[in-house]
Amino acid sequence: MTEENFLLSRVKRFVGSLAHCRLLGVTVVSAEPNSLCLELPYSEAIVGNPDTGVIHGGAITTLMDTACGSVVICALEDFELCPTLDLRVDYMRPARPGEPVQARAHLFRQTQSILFARCEAVQGERTVAHCSATFMRIGKDASPKAYRDYITSGTAMENS
Amino acid sequence: MSTLQHVITEALESGDYSDLINRIPYARTLGVECHRFGDDVIFSLPARESNLGNPILPAVHGGVIGGFMELSAVLYLMMAQPGPELPRIVDFSIDYLRAGLHKDTFVACELTRQGNRVANVIVHAWQSSRQKPIALARAHFLMNGQRPVESK
Repeated sequence: MTEENFLLSRVKRFVGSLAHCRLLGVTVVSAEPNSLCLELPYSEAIVGNPDTGVIHGGAITTLMDTACGSVVICALEDFELCPTLDLRVDYMRPARPGEPVQARAHLFRQTQSILFARCEAVQGERTVAHCSATFMRIGKDASPKAYRDYITSGTAMENS
Repeated sequence: MSTLQHVITEALESGDYSDLINRIPYARTLGVECHRFGDDVIFSLPARESNLGNPILPAVHGGVIGGFMELSAVLYLMMAQPGPELPRIVDFSIDYLRAGLHKDTFVACELTRQGNRVANVIVHAWQSSRQKPIALARAHFLMNGQRPVESK
């Protein structure tokens, strides 16, 4: 339980540090070792078809990219920024207008250099999209210590 | 004819796509612009704080680059194959080749194959030079109201 809370805080700080996720209002629902759940609220700003009110696939891509990128934090002991190598999204059906979309991501394989994640975007029991993503490990020294300390323990970043 | 399709028809006739883009809220949120050079179209995403992901580099959120490319592919298809409905995306696959830095991003699309039901589009994204792509993507679309069969 304590570990879950500590992962949840890390993921919340990480997602909160991404300007575009703040704009879309992405929140962290849960985080545990190797998996997590994020939520994208419905808003007019992400509508792709003004005639139907259906949100644009790109917003779902952003949600799933963030979910897969953040689940990395739930799998590694130290925080490292891991650039996305590739991402593939299969759209099962349009998201229902007016309802939030949740992304449940799972890290299913990690090696010294690569991380493999999968993610499902859902509205309740209804699957909206599936995603599979690969991340590259560039080492924790590739990101500044102040940022790492902020994500891992919440210490203020002096230089920003 | 949907109201959006009416705007598409007008955009095709006038060659001015700003009204069309302004009608799509997600395109406004990202700040997508469309530039036409003869029959060629280049989409641009001017640098914008609210599109950033990694605050350290800083870099454009990978999802924003993906969303921008996806949206560009839809707009490109509507221009290439005007129809009564918006093309519906089936799948989208993106390779990130370089960090998208906090500056303007450009996109060009290529219609690889247009079948009766499905279209395949390749999307190139770059910043400083087209010879140095930051991402490559491909997407499949169902055209003109074709719907996936819903099985329960």
